[in-house]
Amino acid sequence: MKQAVKNEIQQGFKEQLDYNELMNCMRCGFCLPSCPTYAQTGQFEAASPRGRIALMKGVVDGIIEPDESIEKQLNLCLGCRACEPVCPSGVKYGHLLEEARDVIQQKKTHSVPVRVLRHIVFKELFPKKMRVKKVSQFISFYQRSPLQGLVRKSHLLKVLPGNLEQMERAMPLVPSKKEMENRPTLLQAEEKKVRRVAFFTGCLMDTMFMETNDATMKLLQKAGCEIVIPKQQGCCGALHAHSGERNMAKEMAKANILAFEGLDVDDIVLNAGGCGALLVEYDHLLKDEPEWAQRAKAFASKVRDFSEILMELKFTDKELSLPAQTITYQDSCHLRNVMKTASAPRALLQSIKGSLYREMEGADQCCGSAGIYNITQQEMSMQILDYKMGKVKATHAHTIVTANPGCLLQMRLGIIREGVEDQVRTVHLADLLLEALN
Amino acid sequence: MLNDFIKKQLIAIVGKNNFHDTNEARLVYSYDATPNFQSLPDAILMPENTEQVQKIVRLCNEAGLAIVPRGSGTNLSAGTCPVQGGIVLTFNRMNKILEIDEENLTVTVQPGVITLNLINAVEAKGLFYPPDPSSMKISTIGGNINECSGGLRGLKYGVTKDYVLGLEVVLANGEVLRTGGKLAKDVAGYDFTKLMVGSEGTLGIITEATLKLIPIPETKKTLLALFEDIDAAAKTVSSIIANKIIPATLEFLDQPTCEVVEDFAKVGLPTDVKAVLLIEQDGPKEVVENDILRISEICRDGKAVSVKVAKTKEEAEGLSTARRAALSALARLKPTTILEDATVPRSKISEMVTAISEIAEKYSVRICTFGHAGDGNLHPTCLTDARNKEEMEKVEQAFAEIFEKAIELGGTITGEHGVGAMKSPYLAWKIGDSGVAAMKAIKQALDPNGILNPGKLFAKDTRKRVVVQA
Repeated sequence: MKQAVKNEIQQGFKEQLDYNELMNCMRCGFCLPSCPTYAQTGQFEAASPRGRIALMKGVVDGIIEPDESIEKQLNLCLGCRACEPVCPSGVKYGHLLEEARDVIQQKKTHSVPVRVLRHIVFKELFPKKMRVKKVSQFISFYQRSPLQGLVRKSHLLKVLPGNLEQMERAMPLVPSKKEMENRPTLLQAEEKKVRRVAFFTGCLMDTMFMETNDATMKLLQKAGCEIVIPKQQGCCGALHAHSGERNMAKEMAKANILAFEGLDVDDIVLNAGGCGALLVEYDHLLKDEPEWAQRAKAFASKVRDFSEILMELKFTDKELSLPAQTITYQDSCHLRNVMKTASAPRALLQSIKGSLYREMEGADQCCGSAGIYNITQQEMSMQILDYKMGKVKATHAHTIVTANPGCLLQMRLGIIREGVEDQVRTVHLADLLLEALN
Repeated sequence: MLNDFIKKQLIAIVGKNNFHDTNEARLVYSYDATPNFQSLPDAILMPENTEQVQKIVRLCNEAGLAIVPRGSGTNLSAGTCPVQGGIVLTFNRMNKILEIDEENLTVTVQPGVITLNLINAVEAKGLFYPPDPSSMKISTIGGNINECSGGLRGLKYGVTKDYVLGLEVVLANGEVLRTGGKLAKDVAGYDFTKLMVGSEGTLGIITEATLKLIPIPETKKTLLALFEDIDAAAKTVSSIIANKIIPATLEFLDQPTCEVVEDFAKVGLPTDVKAVLLIEQDGPKEVVENDILRISEICRDGKAVSVKVAKTKEEAEGLSTARRAALSALARLKPTTILEDATVPRSKISEMVTAISEIAEKYSVRICTFGHAGDGNLHPTCLTDARNKEEMEKVEQAFAEIFEKAIELGGTITGEHGVGAMKSPYLAWKIGDSGVAAMKAIKQALDPNGILNPGKLFAKDTRKRVVVQA
């Protein structure tokens, strides 16, 4: 890293990081046991929330320079935010991390391939729903054509770096172009209408995981919700916010606020913790933009996970049953730590007759998916995943339930790595509930 | 920075994966949980066994390089802050429970074992290790021994020193000293075990410990007594003990502390009364029930406005877990929280509580108080902002006066956090010049080159005593 860049990063930290928040960490260390990277690095303080905050503060205070080791360490953080609920001082670690990453991304010059890749992913792909659809359609075509068989037989992906081969197999069967037909913009309640909600479809959830979105809306309809699905909505911007592209994230937030404003709904409902965690923090994201701050607050206050809505509408009173099987639940970190939804999914699962729910030790700890972390930090991600699969095994579960697309893919990857595809499956909570209802 | 010659030798001892001297590593081992103390070490070493520790110590002793042993860095007296640079020695590679001896009721551990893991491991066998510092979820046994940590159960069960039976210690010359053993009795010469406990890493590096266990109490009950008057709560503490009841836990929390703790933990702590006593009794069922009944009566006689017994185990555990978060939760209110642990004889607790609020008023600083009232061990915590130099000076003066008052009441400057770098200017107040001289003589004999955790315990200058007006 060039000296000029270091100086700029340091200046950026000084300007952008909230110094009061940095001081709010009184270094008690209560966060350490909750941090997956602290545990997986054999308790290396730099890989802990307390350590990372100290690094940020050290840069601001001018005690150290922001060199590669600091950048690496901030990138090694999963951003799972498990440290926040256990912090007695209430330090907003996630906000500090995002600001720090934003500064580093903006000041630093990437190598050409990385620059191109970031441009494609952040600017050309995710903000444009049609393009996400196109990519999904390509995957769908690939999966249905003889190409997939050929690729798998040739072990082509094995020669490429990382674990592309396993990742390819972990991908769900993506719906075809025909199936990704246009959604209606309004769905009626199937029973007596008790609530009017808006549905946030997301980009991956509405293409690769479209079935899960359909299932979620079906459940909401059956619970008595009338559902509005505004067409103008887009990607939530979480991937951008977590990867140091805050300005892009802000633009996407504004587009979504516009799409949902004035809909006359009680809640904005979704089924992906990763997206939801950013949506509930749109107010923080736009706090410095006077004409948006209030509107963002109004938006954020309505965002809810579908499991919470189902619990409020007494969905557990319905007849839910499954063939005999053991079920366990892996929290979505952002659903748990940021949206504060942890008991609703469990209560729903426990209300299913015929199956046995068994809590997994450390279910509240990250599975290593963390957005695109399993691609950018593959080694640590797989280390965390293998540890997680050990805990899964101990539950003897046949079905692993999650509540976020990233976690779902990661758990599938774990199942493939363990070679237990014929014994264990992983499903989204919504899909399992619909299965139990039918 | 280390010179290349020493660096190479250190790497040869621990291996390159257990040697760190990047900017990043040096920064994150430059602090502990004490505000306003930060100093970069030259390198961090993570030895895997006693032999490696011996080699490191020998090398440092020859080179005159400081060594600071460190657990999880949760201590509150800047005891693990490397104020003179040098080597930070961590024990995360020496973190095994070596043996639980159910015949002798002992457990033998390496220093890096997390306190709570030890507690859970022995409880799984129906045994009990009582010392439970608030940071037990992350603190290490090595750190607990070096600081002689207390905890919430100290009133009835004592503190760390009451449970250390034997130690393996690497001395400054690299020799291994073995003290005590799995023995109920042992008077073979000086009690080195007791000397090492609480010596803050200034006399030797603890590499193994044998700890005493007791049978786990049959049952436990928890109650909350609410007071509209702080003084009434403090007097009740003394009167419980005067009535010849020793509860396992007898904690005091003032209103602002309750408020922030409740804000964090949401366990139903009252936030609208002036003070709360959190009381726990354990033992045989009948004894516990009888004691809880009598304690409730004493509280009511002491003007408690309400006495509530926790209905479930979860509720009880929620309350004591929440209490452990008190100090960190107070950080919600102001950027800097400075806490002390002045301790007085139990009978003087009410006088001390009154003195603290008078002193806070005198210097116009905000002090919240919580702590192990039953032990006479309070944690007056000042909420301030380290950036405000003027206020920081007043805080210092206020604490000096609190120390003076504690000593006047027959107490001490620190009950369980240690002297470290933070309270070294006050050590002479408590033990006098002769005490400091005797301690320095021991230090000189065991660590003539002054390489073991230098800059702790002994200050360059003792702080000038304040004159307390009657």
